[in-house]
Amino acid sequence: MQKRTTLKLIAACAVLATAGSALAQNTIKIANIVELSGGGATAGTNFKNGVELAVKEINASGGILGKKIETVTSDTQSNPGVAKGLTQKAVDDNVFAIFGPVFSGSIMVSMAESRKAEIPNFTGGEAASITMQGNPYIFRTSFTQATAMPKVARYISDQAKLKSIAIIYVNNDFGKGGLDMIKKALEKSTTKVVAEISTDAGQVDFSAAVLKAKQSNADGVFAYSNEEESARILRELRKQGWNKPVIGETTLTGQKVIELAGEAANGAVAHVGLTVDAPLPAIRAFRAKFEKEYKYISDHNGMKGYSGIYTLKAAIEKVGKLDRKAVAVAMHTLKVSTAKEPGILMDVQFDANGDLDRESFMVEVKNGKQEVVATLPPLGGAAVPVKK
Amino acid sequence: MTDFLQLFFSGMATGAIYGLAALGFTLLWQASGTINFAQGEFVMLPAFMMLAFLSFGAPLAVSFVLSVVVAVIVLGWVFKRGIVDPLFKYGMMPIVVATIGLSIAMRNGLRAGYSAEAHPFPSLFPDKLYNIAGVTITLSDVGTFALALALVFATQAFITRTVTGRAMQAVAQNTESASVLGINVPRMIFYAFAINAVLAVAAALLVTPTYLAKFDMGESLGNKAFFAAIIGGFNNSRGALLGGLIVGVCENLAAAYISPAYKDAVALVIFMIVILFKPQGLLGKKEERKV
Amino acid sequence: MNNKSRLALLVIALALLVVPQFLKNYGIYLLSYWLVFVIATMGLNLTVGYAGQKSLGHAAFFGIGAYTVAILMKAGISFWLGLPAAALICFVVGVILGFPALRVQTIYLAFATLGFNTAIWLVMRNEEWLTGGTFGINNIARPALAGVSLEGNLAYYYFVLAMAVLLALLLYGLLRSPWGKAFTALRDNPIRAESLGVDIRSYTLLSFAIGAAYAGVAGALFASLVQFIEPAPFAVGASIMMYLMVVVGGPGYFFGPLLGAAVGVLLPEWLRFAQAWYLFVFGAAVVLLMIWLPDGLLSIPDRIRAKKQARLASAQRAAAAQSAAKATGATA
Repeated sequence: MQKRTTLKLIAACAVLATAGSALAQNTIKIANIVELSGGGATAGTNFKNGVELAVKEINASGGILGKKIETVTSDTQSNPGVAKGLTQKAVDDNVFAIFGPVFSGSIMVSMAESRKAEIPNFTGGEAASITMQGNPYIFRTSFTQATAMPKVARYISDQAKLKSIAIIYVNNDFGKGGLDMIKKALEKSTTKVVAEISTDAGQVDFSAAVLKAKQSNADGVFAYSNEEESARILRELRKQGWNKPVIGETTLTGQKVIELAGEAANGAVAHVGLTVDAPLPAIRAFRAKFEKEYKYISDHNGMKGYSGIYTLKAAIEKVGKLDRKAVAVAMHTLKVSTAKEPGILMDVQFDANGDLDRESFMVEVKNGKQEVVATLPPLGGAAVPVKK
Repeated sequence: MTDFLQLFFSGMATGAIYGLAALGFTLLWQASGTINFAQGEFVMLPAFMMLAFLSFGAPLAVSFVLSVVVAVIVLGWVFKRGIVDPLFKYGMMPIVVATIGLSIAMRNGLRAGYSAEAHPFPSLFPDKLYNIAGVTITLSDVGTFALALALVFATQAFITRTVTGRAMQAVAQNTESASVLGINVPRMIFYAFAINAVLAVAAALLVTPTYLAKFDMGESLGNKAFFAAIIGGFNNSRGALLGGLIVGVCENLAAAYISPAYKDAVALVIFMIVILFKPQGLLGKKEERKV
Repeated sequence: MNNKSRLALLVIALALLVVPQFLKNYGIYLLSYWLVFVIATMGLNLTVGYAGQKSLGHAAFFGIGAYTVAILMKAGISFWLGLPAAALICFVVGVILGFPALRVQTIYLAFATLGFNTAIWLVMRNEEWLTGGTFGINNIARPALAGVSLEGNLAYYYFVLAMAVLLALLLYGLLRSPWGKAFTALRDNPIRAESLGVDIRSYTLLSFAIGAAYAGVAGALFASLVQFIEPAPFAVGASIMMYLMVVVGGPGYFFGPLLGAAVGVLLPEWLRFAQAWYLFVFGAAVVLLMIWLPDGLLSIPDRIRAKKQARLASAQRAAAAQSAAKATGATA
């Protein structure tokens, strides 16, 4: 019986120890709450690496307002419940800002905590609903589907000129949000959606899904799922002899997906908000720095994390002091250009919902590499083919 | 109709892999009463072993053989001596719990120690499609099915036709009599573990190109193998293959014709019916209750 | 209970009452989380530890309880109606499941409960109109008791603590009653119990259903604690974890669930400093625990006692042998 008492007391002490720590006056504490295992491991790890690279650079050049940044990373295991708990913990730790989670399903749940505590929360999530909750403390590091999908739809009907399309989507916040947005965007176009094929996160066998797409006789397929599943979809499409257009969004042609799908990825076309292959000097510089530091090529999540930190820096410098509320307010009208802050990677503008607006790209996978085939301006305007 | 056949065939291929894993599962149960909840991880680990050998430049065949050797030692001998033997006398449940703990440890050890991400795995068969009467079949489906079938029958033949195999059967049926007859019981049990290891490596070779090598690839595979083993019959080796095929085909058909969301339910329903009405499985023999 | 145990119990009770006052949000949340699992594990302990039934589907009842409360509250019904509803529904489902499932032999019962769990999880995941599917149910409110809001983490903690104590006392009473004795008889030797007239069927059914009801209550408390539920925590993996908690604590030991839940919930938290390795350590610890302590952590005192007794007995035997030898030696 004694042993149990001791165990209990140790438990209480450990909990006490882990539950609190005072805000150090001379550092800016940032909580990095990301997926390091589970379905989101690829996305989360890249995001984290981007964040840490940016922090390292900023600290090396003197920090923000003279103070160094300190990051604490924790693993959500791609589980929204865990993400929520970790966000609570970050709140207890009195951090200045929270970065992550990346997965839409997780941020949808955890942002209630950062909102309650009035702490700026940057996310890599892309689901449209994230910025429709009226939360003044949530900020994106990538497009919302509400902005991205119309661009994709325009490509599908105007440039690829497809009469019909089958949609393979993943059944979660991210995938469903995308499905709703692309359907809405295609409503007024000449392309008809002839199949909506639901798949699961973590699904390994896509033979039935691809078969359904074939059965629908669509002119092309729009594949919208997370990284690993996208790779499997591409492989299955190749396996079953699909030779019609395969169109997607950023997650379809990421570096990791290309690596996993191999040959099967060639020919896939995607609308990409962020790509390390973009022909912009700021991005080229980032790509080289990331590869030097981590010995592999970053994906778009690395760019999200990296540019997110620089966004925060720009906002803090605009306000001039370390005030979370003021920074959040400043974010809603923030405009940063790469001339002033190359770390931001692309000229960006934020709006009252926490959404951002930038250029984007149409990318095609050729010979196992992403190749930018067109640059799309922020909101409106026609696609401009890239001059090499 | 062609769609149905297509789904049927690709389901057979997947099912054959489930059957391989289920067969090893059944063997372990028969030989030592071990219910190995880490069976999925037993397939995952060799997948990464092979990847490691491949990264050192070894060709696929060599990597396979080397992995088999390592697997027999680690997943066979070490597993048996380290976990099963000490817990044998305490009954079934401690072994179950220990293998659950083992699966958690293996999964997360790999995640932390090596990589949390998915890795591509070379396919044994080139990407070729055959079109027979409107049905598209891939070479890899046919090859996988053929190979898995061959392995199962080889194992079956070994167990029923060789002296060692018969000795293993004797040990499974009645350990005391077997030892009285002079059979080296511990060694026979070890052989069962060794065969399980070999089958697991084979399953890894066949399934990883599609699944992609990742630390959690074993989870769903382990579950399916488990269902397959029960459905087919826990105490019959051929049952394992039958169970695997049933699960593989039904899943595919359900995903296409009923609903992708409930595809897991089909195997489950069959499983439940079997459990409640014919617990010994479709091909199993009823086990008598010992008083 | 001897005096040492009584003292230990008192210290623990005081700690549970006082320590949370000094903890921050996350710490209180963790303790509440632990208590919820203690309740669920108590139920499973009854089924597995005392009645000897191998149930691997406990998380399904946990989930049914959680979703019942969440759905009812979203429909405007009070938590105080939802809680007993959850317990009742789980009890009934437990009986319905138990009826066919308990006819089969032990290990097959484990499989049947596993299958049941998967089925329930599938329904939770797919029936979006009812359960919100993979998106789950968000923003579950916390109830108010007699005008006092339990919204705050500390207040809710004390509520959960009170429920846990209440349910523990209930279980204690149950185990001391003739019913409890019948359960234990079933576990130790079902055939002998049957020959003595104990109706195996109805007692195993009852232990199963009561265990399920406990899980249902725990699930209801869980829903309001985390305020967001989705199917993942109620999958087979969670059932297996709960089973682990019972076994690690010590099946059939009354306080086993306290330790078991601590190992299952708090241990991964302490080990978080080990970053990515903590689950590995946890898994390895479970394996080692099984090899050295197959009867769970609480069997340690019993083992020490058994060793002492064995030593005493062999010493006595040696002394007796010596004196016998002396006696015979004297006469020889």
